[in-house]
Amino acid sequence: MSLGEPNLSRRPDGAAFVIALVLAAIAAVIIWQTSLMRVPPIQAKVGPTVFPYVIAVGLIVLSIGTAFSAFRGSFPAREKINYRPVLWVVGGLLAQMLLIGWAGFSIGSAVLFAFVAKGFGRGPLWMTLPIGFVLAFVIWFIFSRGLQLSLPAGPLERLIP
Amino acid sequence: MDTFGLLADGLLAAIQVQNLLYALLGVTLGTAVGVLPGIGPALTVALLLPVTYRLDPTGSLIMFAGIYYGGMYGGSTTSILLNTPGESASIVTALEGNKMARKGRGGPALATAAIGSFIAGLIATFALAFVAPWVVKAALAFGPADYFALMVLAFVTVSAAFGDSALRGITALFIGLGLGIIGIDLQTGQARLSFGIPDLLDGIEVTTLAVALFAIGETLAIASSTSSLKEEVLAVKGSVWMTAQDWKRSWPAWLRGTFIGFPIGAMPAGGAEIGTFFSYAAERKLSKHPEEFGEGAIEGVAGPEAANNASAAGTLVPLLTLGLPTSATAAIMLAGFQQFGLQPGPLLFTNNAPLVWSLVASLLVANLMLLVLNLPLIGLWVKLLTIPKPWLYAGILTFATLGTLGANGAMSGRLGPIPFSFELLILLAFGILGFILRRFGYPIAPVVIGLILGPLSEQQLRRALAISQGDPLVLVSSPIAITLYIIAAIALLVPLYFRLRGKGALLQQMASDED
Repeated sequence: MSLGEPNLSRRPDGAAFVIALVLAAIAAVIIWQTSLMRVPPIQAKVGPTVFPYVIAVGLIVLSIGTAFSAFRGSFPAREKINYRPVLWVVGGLLAQMLLIGWAGFSIGSAVLFAFVAKGFGRGPLWMTLPIGFVLAFVIWFIFSRGLQLSLPAGPLERLIP
Repeated sequence: MDTFGLLADGLLAAIQVQNLLYALLGVTLGTAVGVLPGIGPALTVALLLPVTYRLDPTGSLIMFAGIYYGGMYGGSTTSILLNTPGESASIVTALEGNKMARKGRGGPALATAAIGSFIAGLIATFALAFVAPWVVKAALAFGPADYFALMVLAFVTVSAAFGDSALRGITALFIGLGLGIIGIDLQTGQARLSFGIPDLLDGIEVTTLAVALFAIGETLAIASSTSSLKEEVLAVKGSVWMTAQDWKRSWPAWLRGTFIGFPIGAMPAGGAEIGTFFSYAAERKLSKHPEEFGEGAIEGVAGPEAANNASAAGTLVPLLTLGLPTSATAAIMLAGFQQFGLQPGPLLFTNNAPLVWSLVASLLVANLMLLVLNLPLIGLWVKLLTIPKPWLYAGILTFATLGTLGANGAMSGRLGPIPFSFELLILLAFGILGFILRRFGYPIAPVVIGLILGPLSEQQLRRALAISQGDPLVLVSSPIAITLYIIAAIALLVPLYFRLRGKGALLQQMASDED
């Protein structure tokens, strides 16, 4: 998380150079994809390609600006990342995404719930998984039955008539 | 019919039992979610939007009004008792409010915030009702080129004019504009930047982006933090009620805050925080007790809270009359309207007058409910603040994915034999984007506003160019457009000048404000 304080060392900022490169790459992809579009001549002047090109040019200018800013080291100082909890959270989201289609909302969300809690230092999983399951099941019941949202149902949800 | 009659009709619609229930539900949900640490009004509205999907448009918008005001109120409770404001507009409230709570005057701080919000909301909603028809009348004279200029102005003010770096603000905006291109072009039916993926043809959902950037990005940022900030929830000791002295000092601050906040919100300038800063500065200057500022002065809570609420009602003026969202919250509300095929703008007022006026009326109703509900329920909201972080963020992410699935639950992706929801994949990808943006000091709101306003501005641009048969001079040929561009240029250049000149002084001030 940024702390809003300037980077006092004022050294060139490697990670910020990567941002500049990514911006330029996005601009390149927009130009490439837009150039593949076939536009009827009648729309040539005000057709669907004008706006993407304008944005791509803007992104290139911003990429150059970001590179300058990176060189001067004017990005806010950054804390060191603690990777373990981040991986738990991302892992939880991935696991839920892959489970939910066939195992249902409650099981998928229970795994998400337990993994995120684990990432924030609360365990063990054999305790948090059931808690997550009960919570997710109640939520599923309220939202899919009460408010008619279409939430994926698995074998366990189908037990409820 | 005149404004007053229309508003009275709206009130009649809003106080039907069913609609009152929707408003009550919205206010309660909005406060409960808004009070959770780390959840600002924008995320509250984005998380709860799916709840309203199955209602009819009027019921949904009424509930929405409740969620909006409830979320705002919840945010101020958090910043007074926790000193970790979930949204930038609450920073100023936290400044004095938290000091008051530390001195055991949390109750009066919450009370002055609640009553101030109510009074500001009341006056500002009436102001909205009376200003809006005038703006609509003026807006009917706007051509496509003028609309485009107006949107350019909004782009500049939301991205470059405020915040600590114009470069990062504009970059965030362009990321949003770039995402806005994805999908089928509405005028020609051609697919753009969809890479042959059918799910991308509909474009990126505003709510999915907002939930990802705010909820998942924030969760990742907190999770990754190595320095564990100590957060203590301050107990509300003593009486919630304000003393006669508190009342005397709060009154003028509420009114001043309202009159500072509303016009700032109503201008296509974006951001409720500017009004709160102005109000804080004004109270500090006018106070008879300047020595108390920084130590817990009640005016420093009353004024900015009123300004915050008044400018939130003010942002509804450009949103409803021009279709122009100037804050992340307004952008999500616009997405809520679009859900029902409604496009806010001058035509909405003429074609859907009953709907608009019942929305305005339910803002008044929601405002009153908040006052009646929340002062007695403060104890309950404080309990919500003490939820330990692991459960809090696990719950937030469960709700974030729930809302995303509720909006689009199709299992359209496939990884080998496993079906998965493409929308959840987008949610994760933008969550990581939100984390990176936060880490490098990029503002989030311009991304959301760029996504929803980009396609609208493109539409106006192409309309203008089609009328002129491709002559770009049409963009600068009306006096309205020229004026708007000049204001945009000023909004871009003046802060740039201040940043170049006054940076040292500003930084010094920030350093001395640290405790």
